[in-house]
Amino acid sequence: MIHLVWLVPFLPLLGFLINGLGRNFLPKSLTGVIGSGTVLAAFVISLLIFFEVRQPGFAPQVVSLFDFISAGSLHIPFAFQVDQLSALFLLIITGVGSLIHIYSTSYMHEESSESFARYFAYLNLFVFSMLILVLGANYVMMFIGWEGVGLCSYLLIGFWFKNINYNKAANKAFIMNRIGDLGFLLGIFLLIQQFGSVTFIEVFDKVPALGEGSGVLFAIAMLLFIGAMGKSAQIPLYTWLPDAMAGPTPVSALIHAATMVTAGIYMVARSNVIYSLAPHIQAIVAIVGLVTALLAASIALKQNDIKKVLAYSTVSQLGYMFLALGVGAYTAAVFHVMTHAFFKALLFLGSGSVIHAMGGEQDIRKMGGLKKWMPITNITFLIGCLAIAGIPGLSGFFSKDEILAHAWGYNKVMYALALIGALMTAFYMFRLYYITFTGKFRGTHEQEHHLHESPAAITLPLIVLAVLSVIGGYVGLPEVFGAPHLLAEYLSPIFAPSAPYLHVHHLSHGLEWGLMGLSTGLVIVMILFARSKFINYTDGGAENTGIAKVLENKWYVDELYDAIIVKPLMVLSRFFQDVVEKAGIDGLVNGVGTGVKWGGRQIRLLQNGQVGFYIFAMVIGMIVLFVISLFL
Amino acid sequence: MPVQYYIFLSIALFCIGIMGVLMRRNAIIIFMCIELMLNAVNLLLVAFSKMWVDAGRIDAASAQLFVFFVMVVAAAEVSVGLAIIVMMYRNTHSVDINILSRLKN
Amino acid sequence: MLTVLLILIPLITGLITFGLKGPGAKVFSLLSSLATLAIAAVAWTQYQSAPDSLQFTADWIPQLNSQFKVGLDGLSLMLVLLTTISFPLIFITVFSRSYENAGSFYGLMLLSQAGLLGVFLAYDALLFYFFWELALIPVYFLCSMWGGERAVPVTFKFFVYTFAGSLLMLVGIIYIYFQTPGSFSWQAFTSLSLSNGEQSWLFWLFFVAFAIKMPVFPFHTWQPDTYEQSPTPVTMVLSGIMVKMGLFGVMRWLVPVLPQGVYMWQEAAIVLSVIGIIYASCIAIMQSDLKKLIAYSSIAHIGLMSAAIFANNEQSLAGVQVQMFNHGINIIGLWIIVEVIEQRLKIKNMAELGGIATYAPKLAILLVIVSLANIALPLTNGFVGEFLMFSGLFQYNPWFAAIAGLAIILAAVYMLRMLQKVLFGEANALTATTTDLRAGEMLAMACITAVIFVLGVYPKPLLDLASGFGLQEAVTAVIR
Repeated sequence: MIHLVWLVPFLPLLGFLINGLGRNFLPKSLTGVIGSGTVLAAFVISLLIFFEVRQPGFAPQVVSLFDFISAGSLHIPFAFQVDQLSALFLLIITGVGSLIHIYSTSYMHEESSESFARYFAYLNLFVFSMLILVLGANYVMMFIGWEGVGLCSYLLIGFWFKNINYNKAANKAFIMNRIGDLGFLLGIFLLIQQFGSVTFIEVFDKVPALGEGSGVLFAIAMLLFIGAMGKSAQIPLYTWLPDAMAGPTPVSALIHAATMVTAGIYMVARSNVIYSLAPHIQAIVAIVGLVTALLAASIALKQNDIKKVLAYSTVSQLGYMFLALGVGAYTAAVFHVMTHAFFKALLFLGSGSVIHAMGGEQDIRKMGGLKKWMPITNITFLIGCLAIAGIPGLSGFFSKDEILAHAWGYNKVMYALALIGALMTAFYMFRLYYITFTGKFRGTHEQEHHLHESPAAITLPLIVLAVLSVIGGYVGLPEVFGAPHLLAEYLSPIFAPSAPYLHVHHLSHGLEWGLMGLSTGLVIVMILFARSKFINYTDGGAENTGIAKVLENKWYVDELYDAIIVKPLMVLSRFFQDVVEKAGIDGLVNGVGTGVKWGGRQIRLLQNGQVGFYIFAMVIGMIVLFVISLFL
Repeated sequence: MPVQYYIFLSIALFCIGIMGVLMRRNAIIIFMCIELMLNAVNLLLVAFSKMWVDAGRIDAASAQLFVFFVMVVAAAEVSVGLAIIVMMYRNTHSVDINILSRLKN
Repeated sequence: MLTVLLILIPLITGLITFGLKGPGAKVFSLLSSLATLAIAAVAWTQYQSAPDSLQFTADWIPQLNSQFKVGLDGLSLMLVLLTTISFPLIFITVFSRSYENAGSFYGLMLLSQAGLLGVFLAYDALLFYFFWELALIPVYFLCSMWGGERAVPVTFKFFVYTFAGSLLMLVGIIYIYFQTPGSFSWQAFTSLSLSNGEQSWLFWLFFVAFAIKMPVFPFHTWQPDTYEQSPTPVTMVLSGIMVKMGLFGVMRWLVPVLPQGVYMWQEAAIVLSVIGIIYASCIAIMQSDLKKLIAYSSIAHIGLMSAAIFANNEQSLAGVQVQMFNHGINIIGLWIIVEVIEQRLKIKNMAELGGIATYAPKLAILLVIVSLANIALPLTNGFVGEFLMFSGLFQYNPWFAAIAGLAIILAAVYMLRMLQKVLFGEANALTATTTDLRAGEMLAMACITAVIFVLGVYPKPLLDLASGFGLQEAVTAVIR
């Protein structure tokens, strides 16, 4: 089965081509079937591959298709690598991907058949790129997917291209990603310089020879991490993600929550050897992750757009994943990627269901009491909230708890801050839930009249994801439960090479129980607090003041970037254009021209038409020549 | 006679010619001055030729042939030049060369 | 003999075309360019089997011992292919248009093609110089006679500027000629060993000539105006192929002939190029004129290529060659779209455009594709070359690569801004009348798109050609 792995990305590519080229004549039903079918088929193949990979003692296999780039001694094959990590990501991507495709067939049904097909083509292209990203056997392949998903994200954010603001959001996403991509690229170049190769297996073999704390490794790790910051929306490159919510909601679920934004985590996890050998960069990763988690969570407390809340929540959860990577808990990070994919996709799809019912309204202040009309959405959304908040028994609890436990082992202050973040998460999620689903309906009568539960194509994925959100955590039970940590065992071959360099602090069982109890207790308190505050929410319409206003305005980070990056760039460009280019260089060039003209005009005065003068000049000239020939 | 006498005479003639060309505005006189200069050169040619022939270099006599060339060319030049001057006089009723500067514009 | 045919066909058909009128001229020139393309294809296959058969030598100016010496290697074959592919594409694109004095227009186009091919094939310095000027002069007439309203002064500046550079080169060629045992041939030039002092100043004579042509900062100011004012087919020739003459000149003549000179000044040349990259990218952001935006973007791309040549290692040189081809294809694609927009709407100010995607979806998709290729998205042809060039530059000096790399970001900024202003948003009264691509335009763009993706996914054919160029010679020459 492994040798057929190329089929996994190829099928969505085929879907892209069919839907893209046939967008003008394929009927919607067929488009939907092709779009979802190809991804579903890819999921089936992925599942088969997964079962093969699960066998104990499976060694990574590289499937090389052809020589992509070769120049001199550098050879970069177009090759896929199948191992435990890529197989797991294949499952997440194609699994969640096919659910979201199915969901989209209903969600996007109001579009014209042309743009419906365009939507599915983009979505398939995204799945293709994402699969290339995780399947690539070298950093360049990963970069191909990396940029590819960025492109699809751009295309899908700006999907409704008539709205220029959506397009601006798309541009912002692409450009911010490109900033990270530059770091990634430079990292790749440094790898080439150091190792003469970008293939994972070769690079990771050679890395330990450089020794722990080598400057080159720091540079490589940092540059790659800059790439991860861009793609996974970490400080300082996170502001594009909330804006990316301009895209259709299923896109937000797939790209901006479940899969694409976790590419950075995938990359760091893939390069775990490099990071384990660069402890200072690991510390930076952890700090950036933690600060992002807190900052984004604080912003989410005061947002009123249902998707913006979820977007900041995503940024914050990604921060947790980086925290995990930073403290060396690679398995925990991947675990959280997985559970997060389930519950965040669920939440986004749930919000899509709500938005659909509300006729496009996204402001939660105009919603309320929706559970009466939308029972399935309500239940599944509640499960999603419970999972993300970390209620014991649901998937989010296990993965987040694992991260918190490792953070405690790494640094107690980090643990405390991470816990505060987790509490904020519980609070804003339940604020969102209560404002949206309980209380009185605050929209217009017309909207109220149209409220309805969504059709099966929408609710079915919700139910599946809800089930996964509940049971998904049981693959990684904490040690104290006495059950095996299936995921850790499964992934151990991937992270084994970095094990010697990690300094893992094992917590005593009592302490771990205690921490678990503490976080659970506090989370429940926060939920109850949110309940008391928002269950009968009425929109007071009061202006926020003080810190609340700062939070509502997202800490004014966008304005800050505008002032310190965008404006100076514009000023510089204008300076170049008006001063350096026009007055400076071109002025100089034209100056030479006018100088020659001016000189010509001056010399022309010698031609005064006086024959006597000419003869005089001639005689003088002759005398001068005479003198020269005599004396020189 | 020593050749220096011819040289001095020739220089004198040549300078007179130059000064005349430079200072006079009458085109005909300028012409005559040009002739004067040419003849100064002719005189030198003949004088040097004679000197070398006397010294036993028979081939130096060919320099005297040059004089005839110069005379022929001068004659041709005068005929063209005088024709121009005549045309000029017809048009401007003057042979003052400075009037020609009108061509400038 | 094939190589001679490559020059002769456009030269002779060009002269014939002067006598033809209207539609006859365009059909004839299209056929001629296709014939040249066929010859180039044959030459390619021969290059793989028997590369030595592609050399040709005959007497040209025996008094000076200058020979008509032409030949093909990987580098020139790449550019010959680019030239011979581009011309049919250009002719197809403008097939539906009718130019005044069509015979002269197409005749001049073919003459400049002959000049370009001659430049790429010549192995004799005087012959090289001859073709260098032959390529320039038709373009001068094309721009000034069929160009925009400011064409005459702009073209004059262009001509004088590039001509001044050419003369510097001529001085250099003559000087070197006197150092050889009386030969202009490439072999004689490269086997000379000039002193370091000579190489040092000769370097600048040649470099300025080539830098003006490329153009590299700060010799670029003729370019945006010329691109803006020229008729679009000519702009395609200028930006797609003619700028490659400068790069080619550096690779074929400057580096092998003056290795020490290059070694002494490479850092300076790279610094100029890198400044140019950032500088041009910044200015491109500010442009509101579609054509000028592409012009400045082209300066930035050429700057990178120039920097990569002077970085002079395996990766950067392979990258440059690949990118020379791909940049040519991509920018011609961009110009085709711009030409369509300008033809249909008579404006090229981006502020007045917008919303075209709704009314001309094919145009929009193709513009997006070529723009993405232009910003070197992976799996488009632009990526391979840029990746290798940046990588090579990085091996030379990481800081240069990091600074030049900012262009990756800036390129995204200005290209996406362009897409946004031209394609997206609500259409206004004018842009709502946009009609989609016609058959000829569609055919040309389909070819370009095919090239973009095929070479983006499978760049091996190009990389093979690139490795055929005497990489080792050039590299070891500098180390020597």
